[in-house]
Amino acid sequence: MDAVLGQLYAGLSLGSVLLLIALGLTLTFGQMGVINMAHGEFLMAGAYTAFVVQQVIGGAGSAMLIALPLAFLVGGLLGVLLETTLISRLYHRPLDTLLVTWGVSLMLQQLARDVFGAPAVEVRAPEWLRGNIEVLGVPFTTGRLFIVVLAVGAVAVLSAVLRFTSLGRRIRAVVQSRGLAETSGINSRRTDRVTFFVGSGLAGIAGVALTLIASTQPYMGQTYIVDAFLVVVAGGIGQVRGAVLAAFGLGVLQALFAYSQSVSTAKVLLLVCVIAFLQLRPQGLFSVRTRSLV
Amino acid sequence: MPKLRRRHVGATLTAAALVLGTTACGSRVDDTGEASAAGRAESCVDTSGDSVRIGLLNSMSGTMSISETTVRRSLELAVEEVNADGGVLGKQLEVVTEDGASEPTVFAERATKLIQSDCVAAVFGGWTSSSRKAMLPVFESNDALLFYPVQYEGLEASQNIFYTGATTNQQIIPALDYLKDELGVTSLHLVGSDYVFPRTANAIIKAYAEEHGIEIVGEDYEPLGSTEGIQTIVNRVQGSGADAVFNTLNGDSNVSFFAQYANVGLDAEAMPVLSVSIAEEEVPGIGVEKLEGQYTAWNYYQTVDTPENEEFVAAFKEAYGDDAVTSDPMEAAYTSVYLWKGMVEAAGSFDVADVQAAADGVGFDAPEGPVTVNGDNHHIAKTALIGRVNAEGLIDTVWSSDGPIDPDPCLEGYDWAAGMDKDETYC
Amino acid sequence: MTRRWAGSASVLSGYLVAAVILFGAAPVLLSDFRLRLLAQFLCVAMVAVGIGLAWGSGGMLTLGQGLFFGLGAYIMAIHLQLSDAGPAGRPAFMVTGSGLPWWWELFRNPVTAVLGIIAVPALLALLLGLGVFRRRVKGAYFAILSQASAAAFALLLISQQNTVGGSNGLSNFRQFFGFALSDPVNRRMLYFIAAGVLIAMVAAVHQLRRSRYGELLTAVRDGEERVRFLGYDPALVKVLAYVVAAVFAAVGGALFVPIVGIISPSNVGVVPSIGFLIGVAVGGRATLLGPVLGSLAVSYAGSTLSENVESLWIYLQGLLFVLVVAFLPGGIGSLGAALRGRRRAVGDVPGRSAGHGPPGRPLVDGGGPERAPAGARSGGV
Repeated sequence: MDAVLGQLYAGLSLGSVLLLIALGLTLTFGQMGVINMAHGEFLMAGAYTAFVVQQVIGGAGSAMLIALPLAFLVGGLLGVLLETTLISRLYHRPLDTLLVTWGVSLMLQQLARDVFGAPAVEVRAPEWLRGNIEVLGVPFTTGRLFIVVLAVGAVAVLSAVLRFTSLGRRIRAVVQSRGLAETSGINSRRTDRVTFFVGSGLAGIAGVALTLIASTQPYMGQTYIVDAFLVVVAGGIGQVRGAVLAAFGLGVLQALFAYSQSVSTAKVLLLVCVIAFLQLRPQGLFSVRTRSLV
Repeated sequence: MPKLRRRHVGATLTAAALVLGTTACGSRVDDTGEASAAGRAESCVDTSGDSVRIGLLNSMSGTMSISETTVRRSLELAVEEVNADGGVLGKQLEVVTEDGASEPTVFAERATKLIQSDCVAAVFGGWTSSSRKAMLPVFESNDALLFYPVQYEGLEASQNIFYTGATTNQQIIPALDYLKDELGVTSLHLVGSDYVFPRTANAIIKAYAEEHGIEIVGEDYEPLGSTEGIQTIVNRVQGSGADAVFNTLNGDSNVSFFAQYANVGLDAEAMPVLSVSIAEEEVPGIGVEKLEGQYTAWNYYQTVDTPENEEFVAAFKEAYGDDAVTSDPMEAAYTSVYLWKGMVEAAGSFDVADVQAAADGVGFDAPEGPVTVNGDNHHIAKTALIGRVNAEGLIDTVWSSDGPIDPDPCLEGYDWAAGMDKDETYC
Repeated sequence: MTRRWAGSASVLSGYLVAAVILFGAAPVLLSDFRLRLLAQFLCVAMVAVGIGLAWGSGGMLTLGQGLFFGLGAYIMAIHLQLSDAGPAGRPAFMVTGSGLPWWWELFRNPVTAVLGIIAVPALLALLLGLGVFRRRVKGAYFAILSQASAAAFALLLISQQNTVGGSNGLSNFRQFFGFALSDPVNRRMLYFIAAGVLIAMVAAVHQLRRSRYGELLTAVRDGEERVRFLGYDPALVKVLAYVVAAVFAAVGGALFVPIVGIISPSNVGVVPSIGFLIGVAVGGRATLLGPVLGSLAVSYAGSTLSENVESLWIYLQGLLFVLVVAFLPGGIGSLGAALRGRRRAVGDVPGRSAGHGPPGRPLVDGGGPERAPAGARSGGV
């Protein structure tokens, strides 16, 4: 019982990390059809932001609180920079954005190496994010609890924005029909830019969260990007609820596989499961229904 | 289906014929599986001038560059010192550097280049087992010399490689002795990265444990460089109630492991962790406070108290800044240059066969203490040191073996290892 | 490039030049080491030829060719290990293992090994392709799925320490179908085999592109629905190109093993799989020789540059990806045409105006994002 509960928690926290990364991807992928392979490097930028803030301020607790919005800004600005300089030229060639952003991600990794050095840097967790709360004999580590809260919070805010604000309405309109949205006076280019900012900013936040559980080093984005894309595809592109379900589903499945098999086997099994699932349901869990032929 | 046009078929056939035509010559492998010596490339090492070339082959890019850059630095430091001291056999060392790019195939390619194009007298470098395995056939088929500076899984003894890091009986077995005798450990949980070193190390540990009545309560592997399964592993470690953890995790997985370990309330008092792949340079990335009091097993620490080490650390800090730390693989790399120098001078020649013949018994007062080359298995006798991470992030020696331990890569001197599968090529 | 007939003469003469260079000039001019390196590049170029067909002609961006490259390579490596070990012998690396897995025995015989190198990847590609293309998965979805399959394969290999050597992979081969690999004469022979196979592959792709099938493939790339309305099954058309690309990659992998002397999971994962693409993009994905030349050039540049300036190559590689794919989708060869085209039609995609195949972007959709949403129902984002 303890073990199962512990593993469920492990899966939930892994799912939260995947969700934080995948939220931004699913937004940009859904709205613009853009596959941003450099998304992982925005995550890395967020993590290094946390590191720099901590170097400057010193106190781990306040640094963490400052780093979160700052990382959102850093990630978002990097995203907008990428969008305006490169991606906006490639909207009608989605496969090419994949390769172009891959090139960008290579350069960003090397840049991080040259600036911060290749070894992992330490971002100290604040006191209140160390240790654990014991429930039913199972230690719930507070760091991971924080990540779960962060992910849930991000989903809530994002859903609220999409549902209730005019920005959200514009985004939804562009996702559903770019042509019609433009006809009704929405500046779709500006909406794209805002979406990119938000999506990339979320990656920055995910980066700060990751410093609590993983190492901060130039290649950290690569570790998660393939998984995050699978969450996006399995959840249904552009679908926040799909991403939520897919992320937690994949996280929990992986944790359970890992407990019964080994960690390596779990990853292989999981990837095979997703590939098989997408053969059965290529549009993912949820999809925007359109009248296009595919 | 396409209708093939004749002339293209013709061109293709011509090409095929050309290919077949060229296969007629070349030596075949005889019954013993040994290639005839006739086809081997001749060494092109030029020792007529007043300098001689050596190759440094380390990953300066890719994931392994974190560790291998530091090895490169200590190799360069050693070469500088040797040159300032008059060189080897009166010849200055001319360094050719290559990047292994953390890719086994690149290591093989660059090793070939160093030997065949640059005509180096010896190559120093490599870190991962896969890079060594990739280079081994290159050095054997070209009959050249590689000095490999990292502790590894043992069960190998090529005549073309000198292993200046520890083999298993100089690191893992002393660590187990320490756990058993000094800490009174009777149950162990094994945690490692999923590759050959941890797998082999754990096979040895399990054989040892069976002999000495230690219970292995769990064995978990995390894919190299990954952190996603760490929480599961820590859950299992905590649930196993082992006396101690034997940690063969490599690289960044350690960061995640120790963070999670501390977060669930475990520490060196509750369940000590003995790591064999965490050295001084990895400590800051993991976090000193998470590691403080935990154990490591190596043959050298920056804090080792010898006059040679004092000089080595001072020289290193002068060259690379006060923040630079020294670690076991760096020291082993530094030592390897001096050992090669010793062998060449004992042989009076740079020739590979002469060096191999003269290698046995060549010694050096290394920063870690005296070391001696074993001419049979090409490993070196070293002293095993168990250390504990201190509050400054350095490692203090808490136990050391009685003098240097003779290398035994095939574990022939241990009865309990007799039943283990071993590589028949070398063991 | 080549609309059906135009330029076929130049392509043919290109063949001859290639044959003369590869079989005549290179072996004479290059040292053993450089020749070995060239042979290694030729193997990578084989993968590129296949990608050129699947991606350039067929619009299928496959990010997972490492899977097939690895299958071919590992089958060859298993065969070489077994022949080194001798009859009924067991390869040396299996020190912590427990006996030879049954599927190793399948490849002990040289004939079954060679058959396996072709059949196993072909079958897998057929299954994957039918599953994917029948379901009309395409574009980015397909790219991500293929990438995930390469990632899964690499992880699988890493976790199989006892059967395929884990992250160390398989290495230390002494012979190639009975010929000693330490003999320079035999190494030269390997080079000739690689060169011959590569030329044969280019010839095969040339034939495919000129045939009715080639036109159909390009038609599927440019307007899958129109082809379907014409009564063809686009899935079958795509599957064939995908299988051919898989087999080419596998053969490249199989030859890579004796030439380089090692195969490990780091040659088959996500990063090398994308690495195969850069040469294709640089050379011009939709041309016949572009992928080969581009791949060779990129391999060469990578090798020489990183020999000298280590981190520069990474930047340059990234920059190449960005510049070529974003601004020259027709490849370096289209530079001149792109400049001219730009003067003619400002704002249009360079390369497209120059008559190169538009990369995977169906013109019928009118340039919207992949899913071309029209008249969507509501449903939260």
